Amino acid sequence: MASTDPQESVQELSPLPKVLVPKIPPSFCIIGEEPFTSTKFQYLKAYESPLPLDQFLATHAHSVKAILSTASAPVTADLLQLLPAVRLVVTTSAGLNQIDLPECRRRGIAVANVATVYSADVADLAVGLLIDVLRKISASNRYVKQGNWPTRGDYPLGSKLGGKRVGIVGLGNIGYEVAKRLEAFGCCISYNSRKKKPYVSYPFYENVCELAANCDALIICCGLTDQTRHLINKEVLSALGKKGVIVNIGRGPIIDEKEMVRFLMEGKIAGAGLDVFENEPDVAKEFFALDNVVLSPHCAVFTPESVKDLSELVVGNLEAFFSNKPLLSEYVDE
Amino acid sequence: MENKDHNQNHQSEDLPQVLLLKPTPVMAVLGEHQFSSNKYQFLKAWESPLPLCQFLTKYANSIQAILCSGAASVTDDLLQLLPSVRLVVAASAGTNHIDLMACCRRGISVTNAGNVFSDDGADAAVGLLFDILRKISAADRYVRQGLWVKKGDYALGSKKKTFVSYPFYSNICELAADSDALIICCALTDQTRHMINKEVLSALGKEGVIVNIGRGAIIDEKELVRCLVEGEIAGAGLDVFEKEPDIPKQLLELENVVLSPHNAVFTPESFLALSELVVGNLEAFFSNLPLLSPVMDE
Repeated sequence: MASTDPQESVQELSPLPKVLVPKIPPSFCIIGEEPFTSTKFQYLKAYESPLPLDQFLATHAHSVKAILSTASAPVTADLLQLLPAVRLVVTTSAGLNQIDLPECRRRGIAVANVATVYSADVADLAVGLLIDVLRKISASNRYVKQGNWPTRGDYPLGSKLGGKRVGIVGLGNIGYEVAKRLEAFGCCISYNSRKKKPYVSYPFYENVCELAANCDALIICCGLTDQTRHLINKEVLSALGKKGVIVNIGRGPIIDEKEMVRFLMEGKIAGAGLDVFENEPDVAKEFFALDNVVLSPHCAVFTPESVKDLSELVVGNLEAFFSNKPLLSEYVDE
Repeated sequence: MENKDHNQNHQSEDLPQVLLLKPTPVMAVLGEHQFSSNKYQFLKAWESPLPLCQFLTKYANSIQAILCSGAASVTDDLLQLLPSVRLVVAASAGTNHIDLMACCRRGISVTNAGNVFSDDGADAAVGLLFDILRKISAADRYVRQGLWVKKGDYALGSKKKTFVSYPFYSNICELAADSDALIICCALTDQTRHMINKEVLSALGKEGVIVNIGRGAIIDEKELVRCLVEGEIAGAGLDVFEKEPDIPKQLLELENVVLSPHNAVFTPESFLALSELVVGNLEAFFSNLPLLSPVMDE
């Protein structure tokens, strides 16, 4: 390709820095790869190679300076061991649980997260799921479409959203967006988080059980860590009670799914709206028989708009990194 | 049944009668006791063995108010038979089943549901909008049919729009042309019947969605179905229909349509609030106090 750009000619001589992409990011599938490309780096797509990953890496190890991580492509200590030149991990997923953060810190590898590109859409879906569970929207849609309205009459009533006490588990960016939205609906917000947030006036509960006991609905917005695995257990579900509902847009393993299924089947909680599961995409079959559960195939973050924003952030971070400029969204452990 | 008529005579003849032509949904859910008062008593037309005309003639002099909902229209003909009626209490969000002009002419006050349904109706409208835009019900069905495992991620496609101010459009076609979603919240009147017609739906366009929590007849349903089937609009969330509970078969089969059985305003909480308002209006009326939620002529 003839080029008038002197920069490009220089790059032909010194190859572009390489960014390893172990698995195809869902966002590439949603809006195409083009928005994620740049003249300042190039992707090394392991998933396009017929070679198994470790062989592929053996060939390219010395040139990989950054990794584009996704939820399905963990960045483990073993992987980092094979890539001594890596100085940056950029993730396209809202969560960071697939990245060995202590190992990155140990090796002086920076991590760039998705900042707030997903927050609005995830928060919208959390609210959508809550309204659906409380007002039985999907269930009555199903009822009407099965032709039951003329033959079986009215569908059972749902329950008013306004005035409900909502407990947010994890008041980060996403949790805060959920809180603001539900406030507008007339809900009373309280929360549990790793730390009390000085800038909000919502009541803070140090103990998730106490939060659950004082709420009509729990919305799980936190990340998955060793501390939050099975955080929502039998005790918490009991405290939430027969009329309580739960919405999970965090990670499946934050809830003890077996217990939750049991509580739902035995009518010990009133309903659930779930975007994430312990064993995706294999959703516990017991859910299918439950009318008071709304299931979403882990797509809370995905709208074309948010993915477009993500592409700009990813490119921005990688370009900044390769130009020795500050990252746009560096993750800093609190 | 003779018992019931006897019962009605048995009650204090001094208590004014409130006519109920048909049971109202709110009374069916909460029970009659929620509406009882020592200031009035109910006369339930459907409990009488007498045919309606005879029933009305028999009690005409003692019926001072009518409690009604969508199932039983209050027409001029009905009012003609009940010269003692001075108040019509609507136990519903809409008043399109009441001949308001006739009431006005006859000096009959009408009360509506005030604000008791507003929050829940709005929540349902938003819920339906969320559902179409973010495909919540469709994705739920997808998962339940085991397709997440078989086919992978659910195809997305959603839009969002942030409102920062409320510009007013006097022309609904222009509003539709400038909007990604239309939410129908108005009442059914002669002016609004089939207001959402082919022109408006065209203006809304291939990527537009519509939510209706008003009355089915506000939208030209045949036209709506055609637009949805032919992909001329992107989706719909409908709580109301032209001929409930009979819904056009095509709507039952479309993935991008979410249906609810005319219950957008109904929650136990709103029903409770309504019962208090109904009792409040009736008691105020029979105590010569100002009505709580009179329908005003605009």
